[in-house]
Amino acid sequence: MKLTLKIWRQKSQQQAGELKTYTLNDLNSHMSFLEMLDILNEQLLLANEDPVTFDHDCREGICGQCGMMINGIAHGPLKNTTTCQLHIRSFSDNDTIIIEPFRAGAFPIRKDLSVDRSALDRVISSGGYISTNTGQAPDAHAIPITHQTTEAAFDAAACIGCGACVATCKNGSAALFTSAKVGHLSLLPQGKEERAERVINMVNAMDEEGFGHCTNTEACEVECPQGISVLQIARMNYEFIRAKIFEKEK
Amino acid sequence: MLTTLSRKMIMALTGAFLCLFLTIHFLGNLQLFMAPENARIQFNAYSHFLSNNPLIKLVSYVLYLSIIVHLIDSILITIKNKKAGTTYQQDRRKRASKWYSRNMGILGTIILIFLVIHFKNFWYVYKFGHAPLDSNGQKDLYEIVVTTFQEWWYVVIYVISMIALCYHLIHGIYSAARTFGLYHPKYVRWVKYIGITFSVVVCTGFALMPIYIFFTS
Repeated sequence: MKLTLKIWRQKSQQQAGELKTYTLNDLNSHMSFLEMLDILNEQLLLANEDPVTFDHDCREGICGQCGMMINGIAHGPLKNTTTCQLHIRSFSDNDTIIIEPFRAGAFPIRKDLSVDRSALDRVISSGGYISTNTGQAPDAHAIPITHQTTEAAFDAAACIGCGACVATCKNGSAALFTSAKVGHLSLLPQGKEERAERVINMVNAMDEEGFGHCTNTEACEVECPQGISVLQIARMNYEFIRAKIFEKEK
Repeated sequence: MLTTLSRKMIMALTGAFLCLFLTIHFLGNLQLFMAPENARIQFNAYSHFLSNNPLIKLVSYVLYLSIIVHLIDSILITIKNKKAGTTYQQDRRKRASKWYSRNMGILGTIILIFLVIHFKNFWYVYKFGHAPLDSNGQKDLYEIVVTTFQEWWYVVIYVISMIALCYHLIHGIYSAARTFGLYHPKYVRWVKYIGITFSVVVCTGFALMPIYIFFTS
């Protein structure tokens, strides 16, 4: 296969970037998208040029590190897949592919396609945990919970924090990400204890990072590689209202 | 400083109140569809009752306030969203959402312009202008309505505005239910269908009023 790539090149956060064109010949159609970028980088290195920087880690769709706008869509044209799980057979011979980093007001670009998504980490550290002393694992039957509840919590916990929702949102909102964490923990018996403080702290942290408002366009759900439901956002609103009504005076 | 969620809550609450007002306004205006002579007497008596009832007066102040708060809040939200959002060299994100959900601001602006025209047409003339009197000695708002809708371009403006309002309401009601925290899939579906039905019935009804008057009188 022959592909023409137009890739966003930017030396640093401060410098301006631009799209640069590269052509790759004799590609194997079973190659993954990231392997294709590896091939490009090999060629660039051999030609003594600066290789394209991009985020990646597990390359099996579960770590949430990879992520780029491929032809204007987060993680490319395939539904419910991360960039690493996309293969170039999803494109046709002689196609031109435009590759840009995930952008948002709260996502500064580090270099090329590599994006600083630590804003999401700071939202997590503001409340995405339970305050339990670690130690021996408790008996599996010690805390009663139904199968339906664990499944519902797991649907939310499936979020890998890649930031595709933020990059897709016209408002650069992290509502889907934050709500997935809030929903996941507020459903579980261990997480319920701190649900009120958690939702308030996480929403405040989300706002401090400069993410926008959710206007319920639902684009995030469509482009989410894990198919996290927008109803998580409704649940976060519910949790937030509940917390505000029953908030104790400090 | 209000959180992003609280700002949306203000939008939803004021929007919900405006929907309640629309319902009353719609039901009252159905009187325009009656035979002209009955319509004149009854519609004028109804208008007189509304403008002289202290409770309605109080509600009308809440209404003006709701419109202003809904407007100011929407501007603040849009400013923040513009700052937080971004653009791409090639942008195909539109495939994932409905056009009217992304353009609530534009639809809202059309409705705002319409409101200015609408207030000038009827509210201002009735309150501060020289309205003619009907046979019962009450201000003849019906006559003002009929005269206004003799102009075809007023009819066009009203119909276009009602189309904008319809889409604004469809997304607004749907979105407000989310903001109020309705997360159960079954009720979310119900609200969606109820919202669409409400929006289409009310806006079609409103749009038919100027058309009906234009062709019958």
